Amino acid sequence: MAIWLLVLIVLAMGFAGFVLGRKRALNAVGGNIRNLHSLPSYYGQTVFIFAIVPAFLLMICWLILEPFYIESRVSGMIDPTEIADGSSTSLVMSDVRRISSGLDTAVDRGVLREGDLDGMRNDLDTLRARLGDVGVAVGSDIKQSVFLAAQEYRSIGATLRGVMSGVVLLLSIAAAAWAFLRLTPEFRARNVTEAAIKVLLILASSVAVMTTIGIVMSLIFETSNFFKMYPLSEFLFSTTWNPQFRGGSDLGILPLLWGTLYVSFVALLVAVPVGLFSAIYLAEYATKRVRTFAKPVIEILAGIPTIVYGLFALITVGPLLRDYFAQPLGLGASSSSVMTAGLVMGIMLIPFVSSLSDDIINAVPQSMRDGSYGLGATQSETVRQVIIPAALPGIIGAILLAASRAIGETMIVVLGAGAAAKLSLNPFEAMTTITVKIVSQLTGDTEFASPETLVAFALGLSLFVVTLGLNVLALWIVRRYREQYE
Amino acid sequence: MDDLRGIERAIEMQETKIAAKGVDVFYGDTHAIKDVNVEIAEKTVTAFIGPSGCGKSTFLRCLNRMNDTIDVARVSGSIMLDGEDIYDPKVDPVQLRAKVGMVFQKPNPFPKSIYDNIAYGPRIHGLASGKAELDEIVEKSLRRGAIWEEVKDRLDQPGTGLSGGQQQRLCIARAIATEPEVLLMDEPCSALDPIATAQVEELIDELRQNYSVVIVTHSMQQAARVSQKTAFFHLGDLVEFGETATIFTNPVDSRTESYITGRIG
Ligand SMILES: Nc1ncnc2c1ncn2[C@@H]1O[C@H](COP(=O)(O)OP(=O)(O)O)[C@@H](O)[C@H]1O
Ligand SMILES: [Mg+2]
Repeated sequence: MAIWLLVLIVLAMGFAGFVLGRKRALNAVGGNIRNLHSLPSYYGQTVFIFAIVPAFLLMICWLILEPFYIESRVSGMIDPTEIADGSSTSLVMSDVRRISSGLDTAVDRGVLREGDLDGMRNDLDTLRARLGDVGVAVGSDIKQSVFLAAQEYRSIGATLRGVMSGVVLLLSIAAAAWAFLRLTPEFRARNVTEAAIKVLLILASSVAVMTTIGIVMSLIFETSNFFKMYPLSEFLFSTTWNPQFRGGSDLGILPLLWGTLYVSFVALLVAVPVGLFSAIYLAEYATKRVRTFAKPVIEILAGIPTIVYGLFALITVGPLLRDYFAQPLGLGASSSSVMTAGLVMGIMLIPFVSSLSDDIINAVPQSMRDGSYGLGATQSETVRQVIIPAALPGIIGAILLAASRAIGETMIVVLGAGAAAKLSLNPFEAMTTITVKIVSQLTGDTEFASPETLVAFALGLSLFVVTLGLNVLALWIVRRYREQYE
Repeated sequence: MDDLRGIERAIEMQETKIAAKGVDVFYGDTHAIKDVNVEIAEKTVTAFIGPSGCGKSTFLRCLNRMNDTIDVARVSGSIMLDGEDIYDPKVDPVQLRAKVGMVFQKPNPFPKSIYDNIAYGPRIHGLASGKAELDEIVEKSLRRGAIWEEVKDRLDQPGTGLSGGQQQRLCIARAIATEPEVLLMDEPCSALDPIATAQVEELIDELRQNYSVVIVTHSMQQAARVSQKTAFFHLGDLVEFGETATIFTNPVDSRTESYITGRIG
């Protein structure tokens, strides 16, 4: 039975349970709702929940565990001596999986007939061609053992699927019936719904937490693989970045970190004053009409994809800076530079800083302004001495958030900053950043298990640590100010 | 009755500090203040009473042009401070507000230290020529605000850490520090408990020695306790204005009487 059909049936049983449960509750009190503990629909919901939740949970667990079980049954069929050099059991098993799913598709589309399959074990070239017809490309020749394993894979899968359908449906009915029979007027159906909603919310937030943990764990795992091949001290303290295809690379993070921080610094130098001042203007000085026009326009900047900013850096800002600043000043002849990327990234961050600061400034109570104006302060005195200090923790938080965006930004630096890993102070020179190198190391031609590729994970983890540090710092500053002023 | 007559004489001796003539205030299309004439005497506490929404705060805010900070507010008529029209284009509202200080309904200390709260006005207006003089101003203002003893050991701590009543006295001291001639107070005790209220009322009575004080209050007992003159507002009109004793014992207008006896709320 197809999964979607099973899901539909379980849902349908849930709805039937809802109607029945509701009716049972109403009948129990002869239609007088006042004698029920909860509103009738809550009794329906109880049955609904019992009908679908255990069944779906079982289904999910089953679907997660099934492949492992089949794999362990099937992998015994592969003769270890048949595995070619440079290959492994897991590679062969992935072939098995692909062929079995290809066979499923081929049968579904009518390209192959189920009955013919067993006869094809001696005609594997035709099989290969047929699979190609349905879009499943198999790399090497199909070996007979692999084909047999694939067939076994399919048959165990089909059996298990049938068993699962039966068990899930039974569980759904049993749980629903159990709940249904317990419905009495005193039954606290409202509380059941409450508990179910709470569990749903907890599940949603644990999905978020678990994915974060998962991502970090996989980063850490690959990074530790990297450090088995490359010394940590070299990575952290070497001042050269020079990856080679044939090994013997220098993979020091310092030039990349320097480029990242330098570009981000230039970006913040642009974004913080402009963003903050425009936020102050909009929040304190602008009339309502200016604000309703200007705020959305500034926020449009935030909606421009960063690749477009990258193009702008590459085609307009870069050559402009080179022709009018770098060359006349004798500072270089490169159109990609820290300055180019930093300026454009700064522009990208302006709406970010300004809309966060605007919200924060607006959150400063009007009574602060009244107090200051009431003492005869001018508008700018009020802004400087009362509003900014009161809003400072929030503004610092906004700036640090902007900084972590700048550090993690990729497209603008790919197109604007260049690719040369350098430790230099000249802002008109091309430099590169951690994010750029992550992209280029992963898209290169080198083998996955080489330090040249795995360094991308170490770089990613370093980036993560830096941004995490920034966020922790932001929180710490905000909390210190809170203590001081509350 | 002897003591009442005594107050009357005391009031007659005071000169007029602020004279408002034909003042109208509009918020957009809302006519919040309708042709109000009132004279506020020097070294006197004048109370504005009336049901909420009748325009007491609005009129109070005309007296130091705080309504300028509200986009939709429009003020017409004349308000003379010491014979000079404060709505004259030549008058700088910022300077005016240093002369006519204001204390608000909710205590609103700045998120700064107690010292910096008091020093805020003097610094802006350059009232002190050095650190020593500023220290002196701060101490004097805090003493006048009747809060010096409570805070003298923690001037560097945030003003927001004080209790509500202390915060309000801090705000009064902050207003005093700019050496205003008039002090406007908009329901200064409405966020305070009875003990803090009593302290602030006592303070207001002392302030009368040096300033003319205008206080908005919704408590008639408070008006009777602290003021010498009372103005009763109703729906934007100034219904009755006179000696506090007269207003409370012998009101002329029936609306005043209804309000005072609790029939209009
Ligand atoms: N900022 C404002 N914008 C528009 N209308 C206002 C504003 N402030 C006050 N009003 C209106 O003006 C009238 C008087 O308000 P207010 O002076 O605050 O009364 P009170 O202080 O006596 O309670 C009310 O009807 C109120 O709705
Ligand atoms: Mg008011």
